[in-house]
Amino acid sequence: MIVEKIDLNLDQGTFLTILGPNGAGKTTLLKILSGLVPPTSGVVEFNGRNLHEDSIQVRSRIGVISHRPFLYESLSAWENLYFYGRMYDVGDLDRRIPEILGQVGLELFAREPVGNFSRGMVQRLSIARAIIHDPEALFLDEPFTGLDQQATEILSSVLGRFKTRSRTVVMVTHNFEQALALSDLVMILNRGRMVYLGPVQELDLTLLKELYRRAVEGDR
Amino acid sequence: MPFLKKVWYITWKDIRSEFRTKETMTSMLIFALLVLVIFSFAFNPTPTETKRIFPGIIWVGFFFAGVLGLNRSFARERENDCLAGLMLAPVDRSAIYFGKVLGNSLFMLVVELVTLPVFIVFFDYSVRGSLVALGLIFLLGTFGFVAVGTFLSALATNTRTSEILLPIILFPIIIPVVIAVVQATASIFAGASWSAATLLWVKVLVAYDVIFLVVPFLLFEYLLEV
Repeated sequence: MIVEKIDLNLDQGTFLTILGPNGAGKTTLLKILSGLVPPTSGVVEFNGRNLHEDSIQVRSRIGVISHRPFLYESLSAWENLYFYGRMYDVGDLDRRIPEILGQVGLELFAREPVGNFSRGMVQRLSIARAIIHDPEALFLDEPFTGLDQQATEILSSVLGRFKTRSRTVVMVTHNFEQALALSDLVMILNRGRMVYLGPVQELDLTLLKELYRRAVEGDR
Repeated sequence: MPFLKKVWYITWKDIRSEFRTKETMTSMLIFALLVLVIFSFAFNPTPTETKRIFPGIIWVGFFFAGVLGLNRSFARERENDCLAGLMLAPVDRSAIYFGKVLGNSLFMLVVELVTLPVFIVFFDYSVRGSLVALGLIFLLGTFGFVAVGTFLSALATNTRTSEILLPIILFPIIIPVVIAVVQATASIFAGASWSAATLLWVKVLVAYDVIFLVVPFLLFEYLLEV
């Protein structure tokens, strides 16, 4: 069993950060929550809809930013966004694609094949891909890892916009500062089990690190 | 209708990608032509022998070339983990399968259309029979091969030796298609386009195509989650 005994209820607009050592099951949990992997037991519900039984409806409201960009290198930025936009039934793509490329600073590279992009540009386009359908919930797996300065600022501003518009965000990270700066709730996961869940208001960096150390060591 | 639209967008994406890279079609075409040249030198057939072996030779060339295309089909989705991106999209996952089948069938039909005249000229073969019947057999044979091949390509894609594994698991399963399509093609080339024998092989191909469209439709979602 990779992940077990996770009982979690997130209100709309909550920003949850999941912390934990390597191999704790963070990515697996995110895959289960986003519908990429079905749970062997238990249920995931989104706005009262069962993710497994009503998966198409639920998936249409979710965006995922992973380690990997999910982008086709032989297609241009425009074509990638057009393809994903069509898959998510986004209307008026002729307006939406330039708008979203502008948000990630790639409007001048719309017709360029993704294979010619730098790593930072690919990551920015990956952000655009994940939010092209304006999802109600965003799942991010270590999204800041390896980002250049510009991409970091763009992602922070996207997350800020999500927060102000009461969209739900679940982010996996190793970065304690980001967890404190962005989240409402912090979860610590170890060996597939939730060992801590609490609001961020009660925490500062020292306390969070201490909690993390105790949670991880105490579980050994 | 929305389902068919999503199927088409997946095919559109593959066609667009192929237009850019030309890697699948080029390798399939070159391979089919190489098979033609090798068979031509290996057998150096007399006109009577050509009459007997020609349908088999062309389909062996098409199927071998087709395997190259099938191997690329899901390898393209492995780059940047695009398959996960497709699986996250709000679409029945069988649409991924049908989109791929449509794209692979189109690629293979283009290769057949280009190389068949070269095969005919190279072997100095005089073709008889109905073009409509021949077109139908090519459609059914190609579709049957691609339907099974696409499903097995998805199965093999996560293994380290997918290029080797795919032909090993594919060819035993497509033996009924090989027999039916070669016999039907031979029958048409012999001038008996709509004979009882041809129609029998058409029925075999239709049955095979239907079975191998329904089975992956039911199993594809589970296959992706493996």
